[in-house]
Amino acid sequence: MSAVSPSVVVGPIVAMPPPETPWQRLRREFLANKLAVLGLVLLLLAIAAAVFAPWISPQNPYDIGKLDILDSKLPPGSKSADGAITYWLGTDGQARDLLSAIFYGLRTSLLVGGISVAAALAIGSVVGLAAAYFRGWIDALLMRIVDIQLSFPSILVALILLAIMGKGVDKVIIALIIVQWAYFARAARAAALVERGKEYVEAAQCMALGWRRILARHMLPNCMPPLIVIATIDVAHAIALESTLSFLGVGVPVTEPSLGMLIANGFEFMLSGHYWISFFPGIALALAIVGINLVGDHLRDILNPRNAQ
Amino acid sequence: MLAFIIRRLLQALLVMAVMSALVFVGLFVVGDPVSMMASAEATELDREAIRANFGLDKPLWQQYLIFMSHALRLDFGNSFLAGAPAMGLILERMPATMELAIVAMMLSLLVGVPLGIWAGLKPQAISTRSIMTGSVLGFSLPNFWVGLMLIMVFAVQLGWLPASGRGATVKVAGIDLSVFTLDGWSRLILPACTIALAKTALIIRVTRAATREALPMDYIKFARAKGLTWSRILRVHLLKNILIPIVTVGGLEFGQVVAFAVVTETIFAWPGMGKLLLDSIITLDRPVAVAYQILIVFFLVMLNLAVDILYSVLDPRVRLQGAQA
Amino acid sequence: MPGNRCSAALRRTLYAVTIAAAAAGFMDAAMARDLVVALKTEPTSMDPQYHALTPNIQLSQTLFDGLVCADADLAIKPCLAQSWKAEGNTWTFKLRPGVKFSDGTPLTAADVVFTFDRVGKVPNSPSSFKVYLQKVEKVEAVDPLTVRITTSEPYPVLPTNMVNLPIMSAKAAAGPAPEGKTTTELNAGNGLVGTGPYKFVSWKRGAEIVFERNPNYWGPPPAWDKVIYRPISNPAARVAALLAGDVDMVEDPPTDDLERLQKDPKLTVETKSSNRVIYVALDQHGEPTPGIQGTNGKNPLLDKRVREALSLAIDRQALVARIMGGVATPAAQLLPYPMFGTSKNLVTAAKPNPERAKALLKEAGYPDGFSIVLGTPNGRYINDIKVAQTIAAMWTRVGVKTTIDANAPAVFFKNRDSYAYSAYLAGWGTSTGEMSNTLLSLLVTPNKEKGQGTTNRSRYSNPAMDKLVNDSGAMMDDAQRADALAKASEIAMADFAMLPIHFEHSVWAMKKGIHFQGRADQQTMVQYATFK
Repeated sequence: MSAVSPSVVVGPIVAMPPPETPWQRLRREFLANKLAVLGLVLLLLAIAAAVFAPWISPQNPYDIGKLDILDSKLPPGSKSADGAITYWLGTDGQARDLLSAIFYGLRTSLLVGGISVAAALAIGSVVGLAAAYFRGWIDALLMRIVDIQLSFPSILVALILLAIMGKGVDKVIIALIIVQWAYFARAARAAALVERGKEYVEAAQCMALGWRRILARHMLPNCMPPLIVIATIDVAHAIALESTLSFLGVGVPVTEPSLGMLIANGFEFMLSGHYWISFFPGIALALAIVGINLVGDHLRDILNPRNAQ
Repeated sequence: MLAFIIRRLLQALLVMAVMSALVFVGLFVVGDPVSMMASAEATELDREAIRANFGLDKPLWQQYLIFMSHALRLDFGNSFLAGAPAMGLILERMPATMELAIVAMMLSLLVGVPLGIWAGLKPQAISTRSIMTGSVLGFSLPNFWVGLMLIMVFAVQLGWLPASGRGATVKVAGIDLSVFTLDGWSRLILPACTIALAKTALIIRVTRAATREALPMDYIKFARAKGLTWSRILRVHLLKNILIPIVTVGGLEFGQVVAFAVVTETIFAWPGMGKLLLDSIITLDRPVAVAYQILIVFFLVMLNLAVDILYSVLDPRVRLQGAQA
Repeated sequence: MPGNRCSAALRRTLYAVTIAAAAAGFMDAAMARDLVVALKTEPTSMDPQYHALTPNIQLSQTLFDGLVCADADLAIKPCLAQSWKAEGNTWTFKLRPGVKFSDGTPLTAADVVFTFDRVGKVPNSPSSFKVYLQKVEKVEAVDPLTVRITTSEPYPVLPTNMVNLPIMSAKAAAGPAPEGKTTTELNAGNGLVGTGPYKFVSWKRGAEIVFERNPNYWGPPPAWDKVIYRPISNPAARVAALLAGDVDMVEDPPTDDLERLQKDPKLTVETKSSNRVIYVALDQHGEPTPGIQGTNGKNPLLDKRVREALSLAIDRQALVARIMGGVATPAAQLLPYPMFGTSKNLVTAAKPNPERAKALLKEAGYPDGFSIVLGTPNGRYINDIKVAQTIAAMWTRVGVKTTIDANAPAVFFKNRDSYAYSAYLAGWGTSTGEMSNTLLSLLVTPNKEKGQGTTNRSRYSNPAMDKLVNDSGAMMDDAQRADALAKASEIAMADFAMLPIHFEHSVWAMKKGIHFQGRADQQTMVQYATFK
């Protein structure tokens, strides 16, 4: 038998499909995974509920003039005293309709959690990468600042901000950014230290690419995976932190509760039989967090440069 | 290596000084400690007497210098409210917090790393998906909710475990530890699990991500090609290479738990230092707050030092500044 | 064989004796009970003269006794002093004979002198007990069982102040420092010897405080062998500890859980109306006022009609039922009747009348209302922030758009003391159980030299009322004094100087079988807990 010679196989010439753009690949791989789609659906639902809250809520829970204390702590399915509203998920201790409160609360929580984590991630990554790349006294200085920040209690940061700048949701976001960036800085530095020791960085330096380019185009993408994991988890943490601060009076206004604050407020009702006051907001928050993390997980997997064929 | 450590210690001292100044100024800006001390019936004259007594009528920079001069002799002042030495109050309660933090972190590492590696090795398995989904729940449930749920199930409903407090202790090297008694463990389990739930979830995810990163690497393929068993590959080759992110996150989380386990300590009435810190901030008990912050920042700097040294051990490509390999 | 000496009769006797002994042993075992109490707040010190704070005071009232004691309704009763009489500025207290400290030494007048002497010498006290020695010039031991106290002017409230100065042992608390044993030493139990029903065993900060029965106690035998206090500050955790059987009694369960606790057959709930009033203060100093908008710079709170409208808008009954879980009493004055100095015409709180409130506002020139900020501390009083929110909602419904400014207590005090609030919610619990203390602190015109109006941040000033209160201070006749104070109360309330909302009730929950008598000063004193 003669070996098949590795000669060119001549066959019909078929038109090749146009190469895929990165976005198309992203969309294709994402949609192929059922869990990712589920996550996306949950996330979009949460965002939609937050954005359209004023239109889909039976009541404006932030308008305290409309709350009737006699309607407080009603179980799910009850009707209001004047019969105008059905409290599908019941009312809380201040007679707010829980369904409406959850929609409005999602707004605040998602806004606060999302913005603070995104900003903390950005600032922290820059600081961490810089520290790892330049080493020497820059590294020492930045990391000592990180150490101070990591040991500064969030409640004190919030109280100080409150004293200097007054109240408001934006001050809460700033407080959360201040509290969280150091964590990302430390994680970014760790990842960058490992990358820095690798040959491609040396190679880039030999090629006299500017440090900005090396950091941004080469090291950053390789450091991202652990940072994204931490970031998506951190959204939950940021929302919980905001609820603790609000609970202690240095967060969002008491009459405009965020989702986290609703849960914290409902906490003391758990042993009293009025379980719905904490239960439903808790479920809503858990679903939103699950959505964010499922999406974050799969995005990270797909965006990972090592997985790109 | 020695020069590295000494440099770090000096930096630690600097950081402690900066921290004390920040807390001093911070608390000053927030409010007036005298209002939190004096009874509501105290007259203006009484308040002024209290203010003078504690030296709070002096200008802030003077108060700070007095504090620093005492601090250099390791005298951090007495708590405004308790009258007892501030550092003593904190150190008294430190073993309880450390005990809880260490047990919780060990739990989360022992459970989280293996599960994370498994999830990384077999990304499509059903067990992996349940682990990942479970881990998301682990950190999306608020800490205090988990704690209260555990109390309600295991203490109130089932009556298997006590609801709160720290167990009987045994003196080891002068420190009271409850890990050596059965009663101690019965009370450690629930708070440790409360903390460990979210930490385990985080460790699982970080480990899985790192495993997924490391698996396609050449050295793994090489080891397979050499015919090594998976068990050896995992233990020797994979583990060492994924440890850096795990150590980073583990170190950060451990630091956070020690410094700020307030919620868990409050729910379980655990006599640790976290609640002390929160109370001292709320009541503007400055000596305790400053002493606490100085101690914590020192602890965290030392922790980060240990983690940095560990990096260079785990990955020789990471060189310590001015260190010999 | 050796005779069986156990005759039937002897055997029967032996059996009887054995059973009796066993029964006695069983009884002893049944009587040797420990009580585990979950505290809301841990005391800051064991030194009975260091920090005048309820968590500290309730424990020192268990370790020590004063010359006089306050019963559950805060009426003065003889304690270590069997009797006393006043002549002009001189008070003579006769001590009870045969009283011993827990270490066996007898109580003498020298101990009383030592105790009162020490008060002023305790260093670094954040909240001194010197206030209870005001107007006292001299304390002397006439003989081992007689103490003479000389005041600088007629001071009828002296016995009430004596309640908070429990007697320490001169011998045990003596020491090299000016104050004898220091606060630090007392905290460790060194020198902490009193005549109270229980004595100190140990204190592990944050974990537990242990007392045990005082075998030398002069009063009825204490019910418990050991009392163990555990601080559990989180309310839900406190209740859970009770439900899990970890503790026998808890202070202050959350009002929302009361229904469930009351229905539980294994638990008992004890409530007692207390002397703490929750009120709203309104800025009546001048114009403009910082927290009000929409009035062209005028201060509507200067107009009595507006203040009345704000009071009528509040549905106190619903608030008590819905927010306080029923454990509160709607208030129409600043102390509950029949405490000393209260008026019997102000017993029932007015029913809400939003229509009339709107009419009054219109009459006063604010037909469209105005907007106001209501300040409140967060977590200082029971349900403070929930009460504030509800009041805000009620005011908004009559046209006064209210926003809440809730803060951690330190920040709240800072704002309140710098007059940043036009209206704020606060509470007041009089330590003397009578009205003059309340009026002098809250409503009398602020006067720094005389130390009056210290917490009158609304700067309300009514000379007629001031005169009544100040004059009453010199009236040695109780009935006359009570009358003057009641009249002063009526003047202030008719003027809507301050809006009382409700009187808190203190609540304790415990295992069935424990009987506890609640106290109006909200203190948990275990000598009032017995086992039935």
